[in-house]
Order: sequence, then structure tokens, then C-alpha cells
Amino acid sequence: MSIISMSGVHKWFSTTVHALRGIDLEVATGEVVVIIGPSGSGKSTVLRCMNMLERPTTGTVTFDGMTLTDKGVDIDHARTEMGMVFQSFNLFPHLTVGQNVMLAQRKVRGRSKDEARNMAGQQLARVGIPEKIDAYPRQLSGGQQQRVAIARSLAMEPKMMLFDEPTSALDPEMIKEVLDVMLHLVTEGMTMVVVTHEMGFARAAADRVIFMDEGMIVEQGDPDELFDSPRNDRTKDFFDKIL
Amino acid sequence: MGATQHEVWNISEILPPEERDDLDPWWDRFPWWAVMLGAVIVLFGYYTFFVESYNNAWRFIKPGIKVTVVVTLWAFLFSMIIGLIAGFGRVSRNPLLRNLSRTYVEFIRGVPTLPLLFFIAFVIVPTVAPWFGLTNKNISKEWRGIAGLALVYGGYIAEVIRGGIQSVEHGQMEAGRSLGLSYGSTMRSVILPQAIRNVLPPLANDFIAMLKDSSLLSLLAINEITQLSKLYVNVSFQPRETYVVLTFTYIVMVLALSLVLHRFERWMSRDRAGAR
Ligand SMILES: Nc1ncnc2c1ncn2[C@@H]1O[C@H](COP(=O)(O)OP(=O)(O)OP(=O)(O)O)[C@@H](O)[C@H]1O
Ligand SMILES: [Mg+2]
Repeated sequence: MSIISMSGVHKWFSTTVHALRGIDLEVATGEVVVIIGPSGSGKSTVLRCMNMLERPTTGTVTFDGMTLTDKGVDIDHARTEMGMVFQSFNLFPHLTVGQNVMLAQRKVRGRSKDEARNMAGQQLARVGIPEKIDAYPRQLSGGQQQRVAIARSLAMEPKMMLFDEPTSALDPEMIKEVLDVMLHLVTEGMTMVVVTHEMGFARAAADRVIFMDEGMIVEQGDPDELFDSPRNDRTKDFFDKIL
Repeated sequence: MGATQHEVWNISEILPPEERDDLDPWWDRFPWWAVMLGAVIVLFGYYTFFVESYNNAWRFIKPGIKVTVVVTLWAFLFSMIIGLIAGFGRVSRNPLLRNLSRTYVEFIRGVPTLPLLFFIAFVIVPTVAPWFGLTNKNISKEWRGIAGLALVYGGYIAEVIRGGIQSVEHGQMEAGRSLGLSYGSTMRSVILPQAIRNVLPPLANDFIAMLKDSSLLSLLAINEITQLSKLYVNVSFQPRETYVVLTFTYIVMVLALSLVLHRFERWMSRDRAGAR
């Protein structure tokens, strides 16, 4: 069963910028999909069309039985089931780590303060930094901040997680700690769509790798197959450049 | 271009202030300006309270202080309400609200303050009053003046509010929305608490500017201190005494207000200082 499916999705940012040119994509429950591709190929836009941070110009997106591209859909509700982690963490700087993780639980899930704090403690433990619950984001390293951002999403108990280059803003020595947390989620069976340049992660974690270029899905398949014997010339070109 | 070697290599100017402190002697850093300003205020104060002709002017002007203060407070309250509405309108997703707010703001910014005050007091207020079941005569000149200042500064404050909201990174809104928070919830819990720290200093500036601009209301014959001073000059023929006292009164009021606002700002950003 696919949990999210996009069909015929086009995105125009203006009359000249055609960022997505017909995306058809289904992700099965429990599947881990990694999206790779050159800068500007539309990877972020695909993710952002999944949770409607960008509204597709045409095409449909359905998630968990809801058609997100319909006008009347409760998009806030859909988003509670779909966590998103950004390259730039986007923690709330005026709130402590604990408050960051508790905010949406309280406002959206309607949990009591105790319940929310309990859950925050659990999720922070899951990402390995339970002791930071009362710290402010600025007191944490980049890797720790990104792990808090992951915990913040997990606290909503989402059915799926979206990651947009979660390690690209990190110093090399912090990349591993974040990837480890993500690998841990994979073993727990979380459905994930990950945009990343970490090919090691893709090989280890992905059920499927998608290569995008110029707003289209050019090639997709099993990670080892795609990395070791790409069929499309553009895919080969891309690997030649980055490897 | 045109910079001499000396200007380029004047090290005390290129170093950040903390390091500069070690290089410059104390008398170079000492706030002489504060001492001199203090001296001028003390001198004017001495005249105002201890020299009879000045003291007479003071006693004539004094009742106007209350008018100046009350008018400024009301006007600031209303301009904050207007400014908040128009400021949120400026960043609204609704194009109608966005354009209405923009029209208002650009209109205000396109006309000098004094003509605008006349326009509001003698065109807008008489036009709008009947809508609320009031006749033009029901509205005192004080309220016309307050309406004028409030509408003028509402436009400036709207821009401050807009700037404050837009100064918060776009990713904050996206993070909030991605967690399932509504637009309004994200605004309240995420954007505004961060924006407020950015808007306090410019709001304080507008408050002070408004106190000073309340003097323009003398042209609507409102009996605030500038108007009373003009009246006193007309009867006493003592412009020197009167305007020394008036100047003294304003600078003390402005300094007092700055001090209060500065305290308030510090109190508002307590314990979260630097949390960005
Ligand atoms: N908000 C926007 N307004 C206008 N154009 C945009 C916007 N967002 C993205 N684009 C354009 O759409 C195209 C796809 O952008 P997208 O961010 O999805 O690429 P990406 O594959 O994520 O690239 P990167 O690896 O650099 O993050 C690019 O040409 C980009 O300039
Ligand atoms: Mg991107």
C-alpha cells in the first residue's frame, strides 16, 4: 500500500521557471526513498509538494487517503502525520529544546503539559540528547540542533518523515551523528523520503534511489544497481562529477 | 577614494569597539556630550524655576503638559492598534487586505505631517463622523488632533510591524506549518515572539517622535504646551523667556520617556537576551 502518491505533478514558479515537469511517484508504507540529483533539479520542490509547502500547479498528491491537492482538504491535519526536517534546522530560537518539541504537541495534538514533556523526553532520548531538554537551541552544536529538529517531528508520531538535505549544513564531524539517528529510524520501520548527497547513507538505508534532473525523474531503482550500473547518460554524468 | 593614508590606517576606527577601548585614552571615550547636555538642562531648569519672568511663563505653560501627555498617550494607543492591523494587513495572504494596507501606508508616507493633520482633522473626521452617528460638532479639536496623530503614526508603525515580522526567517513559518500548526498559531507562538524584540526599538522611536510631533497640534488650537507658549508670548511679549521654558519642558519630557522606554525594552527582552 502506498502512503503517498504524486501523479502528473507540475510546478511552475513563474511563467518561465518550470521546476517540476510531470512527477509520478509512489512511496509504500515502510519504504525508504532517497532522492538525488544536481542542484536545481527539483528535489526540494518534490518534497515540498508532498506536504504542500509548495502547491503543485497541476497534478494530484494523495497522502494517507487524503487528496492534498483538493481545495477543502485539512492540510494542517495532514501535516501532523508527515514530519519534515530542513537543511537549516529551523528550530524556534526563543524556545528551549523541550518547548520546541512540546509546542505542536500541545497546540495541535492537544496533549497536556505533562504528556507533552514526557513525549519530549522520550524523543530526545531517541535522538541521543535527553539532557539538553532545558537548553536553548543556540547553546547546541549543529548536529545536536538537527537531532532536536528530528525529535520535534517525531513527537507528533508521524506516519512518514521528509528530510531535505538534513546534513548539508553540518560540519563533517557532525554528519555521522545525524545519519545514525536516521539509520535508527530506518530500522524502526519509519517511512522516509530523503533528499541527500550522502551516497553512503543511500546505499545503506534506501529501498529505492531516485535520480532527478531538470524537474523529472530520470532513473530510479535499487541503490546498488543504480550506483554501480546506471543506465541513463545523465545519471552517469552526475556520478562522474560527484564521485 | 580620496581617503588619505592616515584615514585608512587609523586603527582605532577599524577595530571593533571592545578592542578600541584599550587604545583610546579615557578622555577620548568619556561621554562629554552627556555632561554638556546635562549642563544646558540644569541651566534652563534654573531659569525656569528660579527666575521670575521665566517662572511666570512656566506657570502659564504648565497646564498644557497634561494635555500634551494625554493627547500623546491616546494617539500612541490608537496608532498602535491601527499600525498592528495595517502591519498584519501588509503581510497578509489576502490580496485585498494587502492592497488596502499598502494604499494607506503609501498615502501617509506621501504627504508631510502637518498638511496630513489638517487633512485628517478637517476632511477625514467630518466625513467619517456621521457614519458613527456623530455630528462634526460632537468631536472636540483634541480628538481631531488625536485622530490625526494616530492615523499618521499608524502608517509608520504599520511599516515597523511589517519589518519586524519579515525580519523573522521564512523557515520559521515553514517549520511551524510543517508541524501542523495553523498560520495563526505559528504567527502567535513562533513569529511574533521573535518579531517583538525587533520592533521594540523602532516603536520606541516612533513614540518619542510622536511626543515631539504633538507640538504640531498647536496649529489645531489645542492647548498643549506649544500652543500655550504662543498664547503667552502674545500677552507677555517675552518670547525669549517663553521659548527657553518650552524647550526645557520638551527635552525633559523626551529624556524621561526615552528612559522609561529603554527600561521597558530591557525588561521585555530579559532572560532571552541573545536568543536568536
Ligand atoms: N520559491 C521559488 N521561487 C522561484 N523559483 C524557485 C523557488 N524554489 C525553487 N525554485 C526553482 O525551482 C528549481 C528547482 O529548485 P529546487 O530547490 O527544488 O532544487 P533542488 O534540486 O532542491 O536543488 P538544491 O540541490 O540546490 O537544493 C530551481 O530552478 C529553483 O531555482
Ligand atoms: Mg534543495
